[in-house]
Amino acid sequence: MAGCKPKTMPVTPVGNYSGKVVIDPINRIEGHLRIEVEVENGRVKNAWSSSQLFRGLELILKGRDPRDAKHFTQRACGVCTHVHALASTRMVENAVGVDKKIPPLGTAMRNLLLGSQFLHDHIVHFYHLHALDWVDVVNALSANPKKAADLANGAGLGHRKHTEAELKAVQDRLKKFVEGGQLGIFANAYFLKPHAAYKLPAELNLLATAHYLEALKLQILPSRMMAIIGGKNPHTQALYEGGITSYDAITKDKFKLFKDLYKQTMDFVTNTYVPDVLAVAPYYLDWGGIGGTTNFLTCGEFPSDEGDINSRYLPAGAIYKRDIANVKAFDPMKVAEHVKYSWYENGPSLNPFKGETKPKYTDMDHMTTANTGKYSWMKAPRYDNLATEVGPLAQTLVAFAKGHKETVGLVSLVLKHLGVGAEALFSTLGRTAARCIQTVVIGKEMQNWIDNVDKMLAKGDTNLLAKWEMPDSAQGVGFVDAPRGMLSHWINIKGKKIENIQLVVPSTWNLGPRDDKGVLGPVEEALIGTPVFDPKRPVEVLRTVHSYDPCIACGVHIIDPKTNEVYKFKVC
Amino acid sequence: MRCLIGSGQNDVEKTLKDKGFTRRDFMKLCATVSAAMAADASFTPAAVAAALTAKRPPVVWLQFAECTGCTESILRTVDPPIADVLFDVISLDYHETIMQCAGEAIEEVLEKTIHDYAGKFVLVCEGGIPTKDGGIYGKVGGKTMLSIVKDVYPKAAATICIGTCSCFGGVQKAKPNPTGAKSVPEALGTTKNIINIAGCPPNPINFIGAVVHYITKGVPELDSNLRPKLFFGETVHDKCPRLKHFEAGEFAKSFDDVTAKKGYCLYELGCKGPDTYNNCSSALFNQVSFPIQAGHPCIGCSEPDFWDKMSPFYETA
Repeated sequence: MAGCKPKTMPVTPVGNYSGKVVIDPINRIEGHLRIEVEVENGRVKNAWSSSQLFRGLELILKGRDPRDAKHFTQRACGVCTHVHALASTRMVENAVGVDKKIPPLGTAMRNLLLGSQFLHDHIVHFYHLHALDWVDVVNALSANPKKAADLANGAGLGHRKHTEAELKAVQDRLKKFVEGGQLGIFANAYFLKPHAAYKLPAELNLLATAHYLEALKLQILPSRMMAIIGGKNPHTQALYEGGITSYDAITKDKFKLFKDLYKQTMDFVTNTYVPDVLAVAPYYLDWGGIGGTTNFLTCGEFPSDEGDINSRYLPAGAIYKRDIANVKAFDPMKVAEHVKYSWYENGPSLNPFKGETKPKYTDMDHMTTANTGKYSWMKAPRYDNLATEVGPLAQTLVAFAKGHKETVGLVSLVLKHLGVGAEALFSTLGRTAARCIQTVVIGKEMQNWIDNVDKMLAKGDTNLLAKWEMPDSAQGVGFVDAPRGMLSHWINIKGKKIENIQLVVPSTWNLGPRDDKGVLGPVEEALIGTPVFDPKRPVEVLRTVHSYDPCIACGVHIIDPKTNEVYKFKVC
Repeated sequence: MRCLIGSGQNDVEKTLKDKGFTRRDFMKLCATVSAAMAADASFTPAAVAAALTAKRPPVVWLQFAECTGCTESILRTVDPPIADVLFDVISLDYHETIMQCAGEAIEEVLEKTIHDYAGKFVLVCEGGIPTKDGGIYGKVGGKTMLSIVKDVYPKAAATICIGTCSCFGGVQKAKPNPTGAKSVPEALGTTKNIINIAGCPPNPINFIGAVVHYITKGVPELDSNLRPKLFFGETVHDKCPRLKHFEAGEFAKSFDDVTAKKGYCLYELGCKGPDTYNNCSSALFNQVSFPIQAGHPCIGCSEPDFWDKMSPFYETA
């Protein structure tokens, strides 16, 4: 491993700029996000996260068939596709009371479908949405391909065998691309001129660039896994209240294909994704102290019983003030949403069951002058009155704190490799590592679900769905711990139609604005203190923002601009 | 279509090689294109090769009121792999989801591209356009999406609307359409030089096929909804593997019973395949399936205003 770590503790350089930096659009995310920071002597002193798009899905859904909700809400996001469909399906199942009756085969196939989504989403996030914040592609041109192959083969991190020829081919291709003058996706890249915040040696830059390209091909496989069960990816179309319709996926040939693709995907996770994270992290170890937040929340995921949140393989829970010795039970009634800094008229903070919405757009001109202070279409959700981070880091921290065996083992391995304590998890580096850890934890557990499916199929079980009937009136909630964190959909059914529906989504938790007390949202909090070397190329800000894997289109919700109706929900 | 780089075409082969294409890659591309262009026998390998040996056409991809599902769908392109498309076939000069830079730097790229390649670049639009209240419901870099599309569109050589949101307005346009969302042609007030690749998401093969067709032969023949007839000329029902059950009067009655397990026709459970023009049942998604194959009715996602016209999705039309 000696050849794959820097000799001294890396230090991200701090510039001397003081002033405002506006990044709009934020790239490599889903949706339209504007980040504004105030920098003082090269460090972020204040931050504002602003969502720039409003669509109004909840209003559109009113009066429609509750079963149609899954199709509409899935269009909230095409990156973490499927998860909104699942949340809406669970929501209706909970309302009509079929959630406890879903056949084991249906639950297992649904878990495999969601598991495939995690594999796909996290791989694409690391390589295509996040890596270019850490990997200098231009610098890879000066690498020695033989040394790069030796580095991979000798680092002891579990990389598959690499050859000089394959890395040279990547380098040649890159050279031709850059020399051709049509830079495409690398136009104006922050690393076209050397940037002091990029720390990897040329050989590691080449290796990571090769894997960027490899992952572009690889991601096809988990998306195909999703299509086998879900009909297509993006936007699966096989969930139906009571289970899942994909009888095709449990045929012998199709399920074998699924297993083959699973194996190939997991090979990449274990012999490329994990080793890459372990190889890159030591060069950015100071990011183990940058970009952290305070409170964490997860609803857990992968149930053996759809009607029981406690049956989930990854546990639910909340952590306050980084106190991992004291995980709190998850309580949906502790959720409230604030609007003082959102483009809605002021009102009291309310539980989403009663959320009140009166849009009031004021543009960005009050962002820093605090005239009205309003600066985002997102509301500010709070848990127990605390700004709370959701997502892979929150899930991994809760699982780690609760002694979840696979998670504890992997977290310990990563901390040991980096030579740091658990406090380093509360950071941008920790968030990126947690996403990788979560990928492995879920990926490995999928083998057990596959084995269970095989056993059920061997016994001739083909029951994927339970019967149910739509009641005239009902309320329900569906929780999904999606790749970006805790997601919940809430419904009131009246006259067999949707009376009200509300989505409380991961990116609202993470990317939302200040609350009524002026407390910053998680990503805003995480940005404070971030070094900025070159305000024209603020890659350090992108590192922390991207570590949340923002998904903005689904973050904007709840509206009824005409009636300003008070939504009334009841906890189930 | 046969794909051969035979004698007399050595220069082409060499040029392709120089651009990073192996012979195998080229054969695969030909196979992909020929599958997409099944109805067009005049689509020759020489034409494809000629297109690929030219300077990569600049593509500007703009995102409006959308979910990025169309971008994700295109990233699922195989044969040729998406990396080859990005590095060898087109020059994707602006795309917020995958470019390295952000903020001012990325805005500068957009300005420069539409200036330097004025009248030459292909514009791809993903997402609908919020138009109510002056378009304040969607902004990028402080400008409304409405003003951006009006600014960029006239400078493009051609515009491809990718996905049902840009083609027809999409989910945000569903009643009561809170943000006044419109399709790109509606927001612009013109259909000139616009190709619609509908679907939610569209099959990537239809997009790649349209791009290659445009590069080599210009705009393909379109239907009244601006969709290429090559891909949208038949209904999902026409080539449905369950058609035999439809014709035999064998209909699934419930998703959980034996009729569903037997793979009977989903028409009575709400399938909109007969009213939906798209090639899902023959082109397949992700090389393996499509919703009806997965046991779920078609919801008509490539048709205008399907969110209102095709719903409730689980009731027959």
